[in-house]
Amino acid sequence: MATLQSYSLPDSPAQSIRPATSTIAGLHSVTKTYGQTKALDNFSFRLAAGEVVTLLGPNGAGKTTAVRLLLGLIAPSSGSVHVLGRDPRDADARTRIGAMLQVARVPEVLRVSELIDLFRSYYPQPVAASEVVRIAKLQGLEKTLFGKLSGGQKQRVLFGLAICGNPDLVFLDEPSAGMDIESRRALWDEIRALSAAGKTVLLTTHYLEEADALANRIVVINHGKTVCEGTPSEIRRRTSGRRIRCITQLDPALLVTLPTVSDVRQDREALVITAEAAEDVIREMLHRDRTLSALEISAPALEDAFLALTSQN
Amino acid sequence: MSANALALQMPQSTAAYVANIFAKEIRYEFVKMLRTRAFSLSVLGFPIMFYLLFGASNRHTDWARYLMASYGCMGVVSACLFGIGMGISMERAYGWLELKQASPMPRLAYLAAKIVSSAAFALIIELALIGLALTLGGVHVTVSETLRLLGVDLLGSVPFTAMGLLISVLVPSNSAPGIINLIYLPMSFASGFWMPISTLPHWLQRVAPALPTYHLAQLALSVIGAAEPGHMMPHFQALAGYTLVMFGAAWIIFNRSEARA
Repeated sequence: MATLQSYSLPDSPAQSIRPATSTIAGLHSVTKTYGQTKALDNFSFRLAAGEVVTLLGPNGAGKTTAVRLLLGLIAPSSGSVHVLGRDPRDADARTRIGAMLQVARVPEVLRVSELIDLFRSYYPQPVAASEVVRIAKLQGLEKTLFGKLSGGQKQRVLFGLAICGNPDLVFLDEPSAGMDIESRRALWDEIRALSAAGKTVLLTTHYLEEADALANRIVVINHGKTVCEGTPSEIRRRTSGRRIRCITQLDPALLVTLPTVSDVRQDREALVITAEAAEDVIREMLHRDRTLSALEISAPALEDAFLALTSQN
Repeated sequence: MSANALALQMPQSTAAYVANIFAKEIRYEFVKMLRTRAFSLSVLGFPIMFYLLFGASNRHTDWARYLMASYGCMGVVSACLFGIGMGISMERAYGWLELKQASPMPRLAYLAAKIVSSAAFALIIELALIGLALTLGGVHVTVSETLRLLGVDLLGSVPFTAMGLLISVLVPSNSAPGIINLIYLPMSFASGFWMPISTLPHWLQRVAPALPTYHLAQLALSVIGAAEPGHMMPHFQALAGYTLVMFGAAWIIFNRSEARA
């Protein structure tokens, strides 16, 4: 049985006056093993008050394990977990936390309003039921049995249950799973609204677009370890170079020899050149080939950055 | 969002807050059981249907009184095993229990809701059976007998709650209904729920005292004077023993799985 002592927080009282920099939840050198598999491997992670952080990674990367540890649903094999200055297994901490987990089935014979009423009762200072309905966009569905809802509507109910208690800290584990594009966008608006209201949000997803759209900070995780972390644009910059696409008569063999070029590929009639110093490479190419046309320069998509990062590992 | 300033000034007393959670949890659990037709129709329906078949066809006989008591026991056992055993097993498998555990809901509220709702079903079944016995069965039932029967049902729901809990921690949700039927049907047959134990094969009569259902049936039958001769105390003791063993085993298994989680 692992000991669960919360590790000393780096924030002094002076710092905790500034909520943006104080740590509100964290995992410290946590390893979690299931049999032979290491779901998390010496993983450390901090969540500052007011942040929207995304744990981004492929399936089985350890995202859900991290959330379940922070919710006190499981204990770490080694390392420590703290939430709101407490052990997450402490019931007091839970009154300030909301969670949206991947639930296969909610009791289908209860009505939306009944589920909200039930979850509101768990919290000492709940949000008004009508407010929950409004925020989760469930107007007109209050009397509907959960089993009669569509996949996206079900996710919205689960989102509503997560915010019932007016939590300071919200965990959303794959919140947009099974949602269509429209409901996903609506959910993003709600998550932004939570952030605007000063809530701290931890979101897990394997949708890169979602991480990019919502997060102040992305933590890329794979095989239970942090691959890298930073703002969405920092993550993009991690993969070296930008992409130059153009139609040219220049020999690919020559182009590879230009400074900072890391890759040259034929893409139908055009060449795609990846280079760190894209401006210098283009200047040289334009100088050598007056017929060069259809020039495009792009930063790598977050998706490429993500794939490059997680496949290195 | 509305961090209610009023609520901050006048904090709800903790007792009222906790009592409210228990009340809501119990209310919605009962509503859920009632609306889950697979549960309510079979748990309520079978004893009532069998009484209509076999009780009503034996009007004005002791048999009509016998079945009123023994089918009541059937109600207790099925409500507890399906309501608690299958209920918890499924909600665990579907992740619903985990979502509740991540909330500030006290674990005891969840358990209390399951136990109270199952016991309520057992009492409703008994009352329905007594109603049928008085009308279609054409037999006499005193107020004292009614109260004592209800008392036996409530008492009987304790060991079968423990058995339900043990099933919920041992049996995977997809096989729970089958396994519960496998336990419950032979046990109720061998304990005289369907016909007096004296009419059963001799070897079965010797096995019966090893079953908790037998002791429950004897207590219920003693109310209407149809129990086998002897003292009732050993039956109470046997049920208490079963409760301790099954609850203890469920507790140990649950804590082991928690420690491993």
